[in-house]
Amino acid sequence: MRYVDEYRGADEARRYARALHSLVTRPWTLMEVCGGQTHAIVRFGIDQLLPPALTLLHGPGCPVCVTPVELLDKALAIASRPGVVFCSFGDMLRVPGSGRDLLSVKAAGGDVRIVYSPMDALALAERLPEREVVFFAVGFETTAPACAMAAHEARRRGLRNFSLLVAHVLVPPAMEAILAAPHRRVDAFLAAGHVCTIMGMEAYEPLAHAYRVPIVATGFEPLDLLQGIHMCVAQLESGRAEVENQYARAVRPAGNESARAMLREVFEVVPRTWRGIGPIPASGLGLRAAFADWDAERKFDVVSVGGREDAACRSGLVLQGQLKPPECPAFGTRCTPDTPLGATMVSSEGACAAYYRYRRFQVPCPTTSP
Amino acid sequence: MRQLLEDLFLEAFRSPALAERHDGAVVPLGAERLAFTTDSYVVTPRFFPGGDIGKLAVYGTVNDLAMTGAKPLYLSAGFILEEGLSLDELRRVVASMREAARECGVEIVTGDTKVVDRGKADGLFINTSGVGRVSEGVSVHPRRVRPGDAVLVSGDVGRHGIAVLSVREGLAFETPVASDCASLAPLVAALLEAGVEVHCLRDTTRGGLATALNEIALDAGVGLEVDEPAVPVDESVAGACELLGLDPLYVACEGRMVVFVPEPQAERAREVLCRHPLGAVAARIGRVTEGPRGMVSLRTRLGGQRLLDLLSGEQLPRIC
Repeated sequence: MRYVDEYRGADEARRYARALHSLVTRPWTLMEVCGGQTHAIVRFGIDQLLPPALTLLHGPGCPVCVTPVELLDKALAIASRPGVVFCSFGDMLRVPGSGRDLLSVKAAGGDVRIVYSPMDALALAERLPEREVVFFAVGFETTAPACAMAAHEARRRGLRNFSLLVAHVLVPPAMEAILAAPHRRVDAFLAAGHVCTIMGMEAYEPLAHAYRVPIVATGFEPLDLLQGIHMCVAQLESGRAEVENQYARAVRPAGNESARAMLREVFEVVPRTWRGIGPIPASGLGLRAAFADWDAERKFDVVSVGGREDAACRSGLVLQGQLKPPECPAFGTRCTPDTPLGATMVSSEGACAAYYRYRRFQVPCPTTSP
Repeated sequence: MRQLLEDLFLEAFRSPALAERHDGAVVPLGAERLAFTTDSYVVTPRFFPGGDIGKLAVYGTVNDLAMTGAKPLYLSAGFILEEGLSLDELRRVVASMREAARECGVEIVTGDTKVVDRGKADGLFINTSGVGRVSEGVSVHPRRVRPGDAVLVSGDVGRHGIAVLSVREGLAFETPVASDCASLAPLVAALLEAGVEVHCLRDTTRGGLATALNEIALDAGVGLEVDEPAVPVDESVAGACELLGLDPLYVACEGRMVVFVPEPQAERAREVLCRHPLGAVAARIGRVTEGPRGMVSLRTRLGGQRLLDLLSGEQLPRIC
């Protein structure tokens, strides 16, 4: 597959691994922010290629995992209403709210549909004028522009039977929360390449300065990740703390101007509670007043019932890199993809799901000779 | 699904043949051995690139018989029609079944039709059962899988699932992917006629290659090791999966199987498969190990090793 296989070459990967082995002189801890990167690392076995002195921590970059239970409960309530067509990305469907998930609403007769894009939901609203079509707008800066476009188009076309239940979150405030935590373990960040493709790099400069931490915008293929790790370690070993761009084939320093303009038109920055982590100021996006008519929270007037989280779930610690999934007492016993306690066990980008799926019974590792 | 089988059906129907949990049962009939299987077909949409529900209903049951090493002979066909299904569509499905049966060399010898009220079914459900004869000396089932056996796959994986998904979700790809639905009986016959000592066969339908491998590992009580780069995946399927966030190893096929043979016969088996158009890209993808029992480990293209797990529920397209 062109433009993919080139970034998965085994020989090049081993070359990077060898280079890292000779570069590292002391222990370093790196965090990959994005859950997509976590899955690529565990799926391809990239961590198995690294020198033992390097530790990879998995970050909070799984939008499904951090969507607060209160909002999920609202989604469940809206989706249960007659006349509503509730549209969502696929991996939201098995995430537990207070006791149930969207799949069980669907099984009970709710009209819950998987879509690939908010624009598909918009098209559905146009086709079904007698129904209320709601899209669950979950995601980071990557998915937010398409949701903004859907709201923009709904207003332009006067589609009154379409609305968004907005749960968008922003990456840099979450990184800052991790850096500002009392027992910080992170020496450097692999920033999420696709987020930088939209937003550019500028938001990371103040973080790199204030906290003396290298931040490298990194892609998702094995060689991207290895190169990103190499760039971080090179900075750490030479005492630098800069913002660098590994994913230059996709990321421009200023990001995608038209996507950012669309975000500004439709959304404003709001405080947001992150599931498992708690409230983070200025860390989410909400619809501007001009788009209030397309805001599902206002339209359906659902009150939060004060979401209940299972007390045994340690996903908050996992999301902040303070606990590796297998270190959780419930991992693989009380908590499995069939009986998840938290979202990190069911989301396709959740760290617990990655470990359960790929490393449940640690298969014997081949000894790598770099 | 596996749990439902164990807790409910196996428990209620207790039978040594059922407990084998093979694609079909092999039971004695006088001096001969009869293979017997049944399957119900429900697919949306009913017509997709490369096939339709009628073809699936014939090939699927023929394949389940073939997976026991049997020569498929006779099928039954049961139809549940939802009121409102167009007669024209039903005619097309039936014509397609006739064509598929002719191609497989099986006869549809009995059947049943029921019509239910609108809303009580999804257009058209088809059940087919089939019987076949197992030749003397042929013994193909999970219990025969041994550590040291080689694992082969008869073709590239994932076409059927992507073909159906592309129509269901209205996805337009540059290169349209056609379903791989086909009868596996000629491939199985070719292996047996060539004298290959086939230990086990499994078609890689629902849940794809990964699920078939996990089922065999569990039922045979062995471990499996699979080389990721050795598994054939067509470029267009790989591209579609990449785009949708799906893993091709879990995407359904309707005309592919995994083959377990003793290591010394692996190359011969591969050659036999490759001579048939349906097996042109057949490949050796792994080996059977002592353990860890019931688990499939995958050697990644980077040389790492990870679990190739049983999926919980369906693969859901992901967010970004």
